[in-house]
Amino acid sequence: MTSTLAPSFLDQAGSPELPAPRGPLSGAVIGALRGAPLGPVDPGGAEPYGDDLQLALHCCYELHYRGFAGVDAEREWDPELLGVRRELERVFLAALRADVEPGDDVTAEVDALLVEPIGPGVRGVSHHLQREGTLEQLREYVAHRSIYHLKEADPQAWAIPRLSGAAKAGLVTVEHDEYGSGRPERMHALLFAEMMTELGLSDAYCAYVEHVPGETLAEVNLMSLCGLHRSLRGASVGQFAMVELTSSPGSERLVRGMRRLDCGPASIRFYDEHVEADAVHEQVVRRSVLAPLLAAEPELAADVVFGIRASLFLGERMGERLLGCWDRGETSLRMPLA
Amino acid sequence: MADPGPTRVLLTDEGPALISGPVELELPDGTRVRSDRAVTAVCHCRRSKRYPICDASHRRKVRQEGPDA
Repeated sequence: MTSTLAPSFLDQAGSPELPAPRGPLSGAVIGALRGAPLGPVDPGGAEPYGDDLQLALHCCYELHYRGFAGVDAEREWDPELLGVRRELERVFLAALRADVEPGDDVTAEVDALLVEPIGPGVRGVSHHLQREGTLEQLREYVAHRSIYHLKEADPQAWAIPRLSGAAKAGLVTVEHDEYGSGRPERMHALLFAEMMTELGLSDAYCAYVEHVPGETLAEVNLMSLCGLHRSLRGASVGQFAMVELTSSPGSERLVRGMRRLDCGPASIRFYDEHVEADAVHEQVVRRSVLAPLLAAEPELAADVVFGIRASLFLGERMGERLLGCWDRGETSLRMPLA
Repeated sequence: MADPGPTRVLLTDEGPALISGPVELELPDGTRVRSDRAVTAVCHCRRSKRYPICDASHRRKVRQEGPDA
């Protein structure tokens, strides 16, 4: 049997181009990465979830993943850029802390996530795509999601050395599955790339950054923020748990939507894999990550709840952006797909 | 290599049975279903649309009517 690998994706080790700035904050960061002196950066008055701040943060974080073409990899540890990143993070985190109700009952939080709302009154992107979304809307959704899924599981991998004992082993069990359990052709990022190619989209890393709005970047930036700060490891686990606990039914809806739209096998396979994988991951996250983590470090409970609620909050903002644009007959992206 | 011990099967009360390691499940009609996951969730409640593999169909559902309901 010939290999089904998409060589274009697995061979992609290169760095993406720097995106175009969207305001003074992203302008300062991107300018500095292009070699200009870093001017004063004051994010104090910026919209915390807006395009400018979120793109600036995205660029700061990407230095820790793939970097950018033409940018020295050592800029990852440029103290000036790290200082700017810290200021941007303070504004983002303060807004999230203010917008998200605090709590410390992880069991109640998880139980609430495991109740599945059904029926015609449920508003959600996967519900819309299952019932009536167009192929063009599905392609837009995949473009939004590509910012995360082409590095699926990477932001949560930062949490591994920040955990210990059973919680670490549990998290790695799930991460190992996300990375294909040692088989590159099963890596979830690759399955996503194959879906993109089948849908006529570019599978190049960060190819759609210019297209996606701040709402989309904010979701991924939350993952990087929590992953890169040891002090936020509880929130990182909470964010991870939220995704793993809620994605199985959502993936099933997307599989149905894709069948309705006559999508090809690679498209259906990505979400089909997640129906089964995340039914397992839900169990592993609850029993082998959350339970031992909270037994070892009960003081992290409030941050776990924060991670769950902050990712739900940002997920709802992104969902509203998509559904709102589609209700008005507009593209949910900053520019239409080619 | 250390003896891995007996196969561990965790029976959850609300959902699937969790089995460690790759497994092959044989159904009454002889059909075999293979799972290579580190952990496989085997449906216990018979509600899975992917029986014998769990698809989280055991979850409690709350109906929400449309705006004009």
